[in-house]
Amino acid sequence: MAHSTTPGAAARTAPSTADDTVEPSAGGGGSTRAAKPAKPSGVSRAEKKALKKAANGGTLRTRLKRDRTLILMTLPAVLLVLVFNYIPILGNVVAFQEYDPYISDNGFVAIFHSPWVGFEQFSRIFEDSAFWEAVQNTFVLFSLQLLLFFPIPIVLALLINSVIRPRVRAVSQAILYLPHFFSWVLVITVFQQIFGGAGIIAQTLRQHGYEGFDLMTDPGIFKFLVTAEGVWKDAGWGIIVFLAALASVSPDLYEASAMDGAGRWRRMWHVTLPALRPVIALLLVLRVGDALTVGFEQILLQRDAVGPGAAEVLDTFVWWNGVRNQDFSYAAAAGLIKGVVSLGLVLAANKVAHLMGEQGVYKK
Amino acid sequence: MSAVTEERPKAPGPKASGRWAAPPRPVWEEEPNKAGVASKGIVLSIACLAVLFPLWIVVVTSLSSKQDISEAGGLVVIPKGITFIAYQELLSGGQVTRATLVSLGVTLVGTVFSMTVSILSAYGLSRIGSVGHRWFLMILLATMFFGAGLIPTYLLVQSLGLTDTYLALILPSAISVFNILVLRAFFMSISPELTDSARIDGAGDWRILWQIVLPLSRAVVAVITLFYAVGYWSAWFNASIYLSDQDMMPLQNVMIQLVQKQEPPVGMGQAIKTGQLSALAVQMAVMVLALLPVAFLSPFVQKHFKKGMLTGAVKG
Repeated sequence: MAHSTTPGAAARTAPSTADDTVEPSAGGGGSTRAAKPAKPSGVSRAEKKALKKAANGGTLRTRLKRDRTLILMTLPAVLLVLVFNYIPILGNVVAFQEYDPYISDNGFVAIFHSPWVGFEQFSRIFEDSAFWEAVQNTFVLFSLQLLLFFPIPIVLALLINSVIRPRVRAVSQAILYLPHFFSWVLVITVFQQIFGGAGIIAQTLRQHGYEGFDLMTDPGIFKFLVTAEGVWKDAGWGIIVFLAALASVSPDLYEASAMDGAGRWRRMWHVTLPALRPVIALLLVLRVGDALTVGFEQILLQRDAVGPGAAEVLDTFVWWNGVRNQDFSYAAAAGLIKGVVSLGLVLAANKVAHLMGEQGVYKK
Repeated sequence: MSAVTEERPKAPGPKASGRWAAPPRPVWEEEPNKAGVASKGIVLSIACLAVLFPLWIVVVTSLSSKQDISEAGGLVVIPKGITFIAYQELLSGGQVTRATLVSLGVTLVGTVFSMTVSILSAYGLSRIGSVGHRWFLMILLATMFFGAGLIPTYLLVQSLGLTDTYLALILPSAISVFNILVLRAFFMSISPELTDSARIDGAGDWRILWQIVLPLSRAVVAVITLFYAVGYWSAWFNASIYLSDQDMMPLQNVMIQLVQKQEPPVGMGQAIKTGQLSALAVQMAVMVLALLPVAFLSPFVQKHFKKGMLTGAVKG
């Protein structure tokens, strides 16, 4: 189909080695370009346009014809995202309404006929003590996770990296990765078998004449429990990124510092940790950007056991008011607040990442 | 585990420890001190035990008879005998059998669908400078920054008439933009000479994708397939809000009822009360059913994890 002699094919493959920006600077164009050496400062705007056109492979129509297969391939994903990610963004208008689900069985028809109330839902939310409790729980959980969860994968990665027997490394990695692939339902059930009222610890205690206990229904330690579950499930998985960073450290650095008399610990402090610093910084920034998400499914599964006072976070607050109480507008407003604040946090976190010279979620 | 890490053989004995042996130590590195090696071994063993011990209890209890379980006073740590009665009862038709089949079906269909859409779009977006490339990429990327929220999504799925159909478990979360970016980054790392020469020989994009790009991307495709499959297999939330018919529920949702609400599976209450069946063994057997597929599959893909995790946005 596409022949090598057509300028389109040549131009299309040329920039694939270059970066995202399509500037007519890289070589490999048609014969028209060879005659004109690219001088970015001296050429007129029309010439620039012509150059760009030549590099892109001609007019829009020829390019469309050239790329129609690629577009066709991309469309299903774009359509899915448009329907299930973008249309719901528009659906957030219910936050400014008094949505009445009984108007029609079809939710979007009901939106068109529901009365507008402006910011009334939002002022209701800001006066709701349950909302502020959820905000507080979310922040406490986020801080706990950052403090207690975040360092563990780093320590484990350093540990595994210092074990040099390949078999020991591979086997322990396989074991530590495993829980990441378990569902939250399973993880919580496993915790129940260990720490619950009928769990193995309470059972052993009772057999030896002591009193049993049930950590799974204790609101006082619930936030620690949630953090521990997260550590059990995902701390092992978190090792991967750090191991990759450690593997990229040149052994010469270790040798040179050993020659200079640095012992084991000094080598770790002056060689290993500086190598990890950019990864740690990046992950930290990304985690802060995602601060309002503290484990929706995990907490929802345990909400009934400990009660909303200790377990309600922003996500479960939305679920409770919307799905359970059918107060859709109120819940959507709360969800919208979370979405907007999260967006701000992500953008700010990326800004910080760029300032530190790292690549965040997107390139600068 | 600890026994293996503890000591390094002073002189490499004749095939003493085979693949468990340590590679030669560089000359500049000091002799490992025993206390250090031992404490490393202990910490690593504790970490691995923390993962394995709970799973051991679950598996052993699920294989224990009613008598053994009541003798142990509940969960069994040291097995006395093995019986498959709980599994026989669960898999001989009935609620759990159906739920397992539902989960397998949704996982299979969903994963094939997600992978097809993701691979196609990753390839479609892998050629920089193609028409709409930037726009499509922006449309996908923006979803990583702003989530629409639970309520509008719920209303949309409802208005599309997807509630009480299995499509509600697949379509709303069918693709992950992160996975597409990982695939795309990998496709773009394939040397352009290969695809160019195929194009010169007259191959179109479909053929290049199928015969050149995909065979070269087996590792990353395996990892992303595992990610999607695990996602479908573990999902329970969408079923809990979009499905109302109890007969349609996947395995995870049945497990919630069984273990968290302490209800025996439909139709098995009588066998548990009077027969040889232990309610606890049944619960544990359901958990084993839920963890078996992932516990078997993930180690096979393990060696590729690094590639799948790192070719994407986060670079190590």
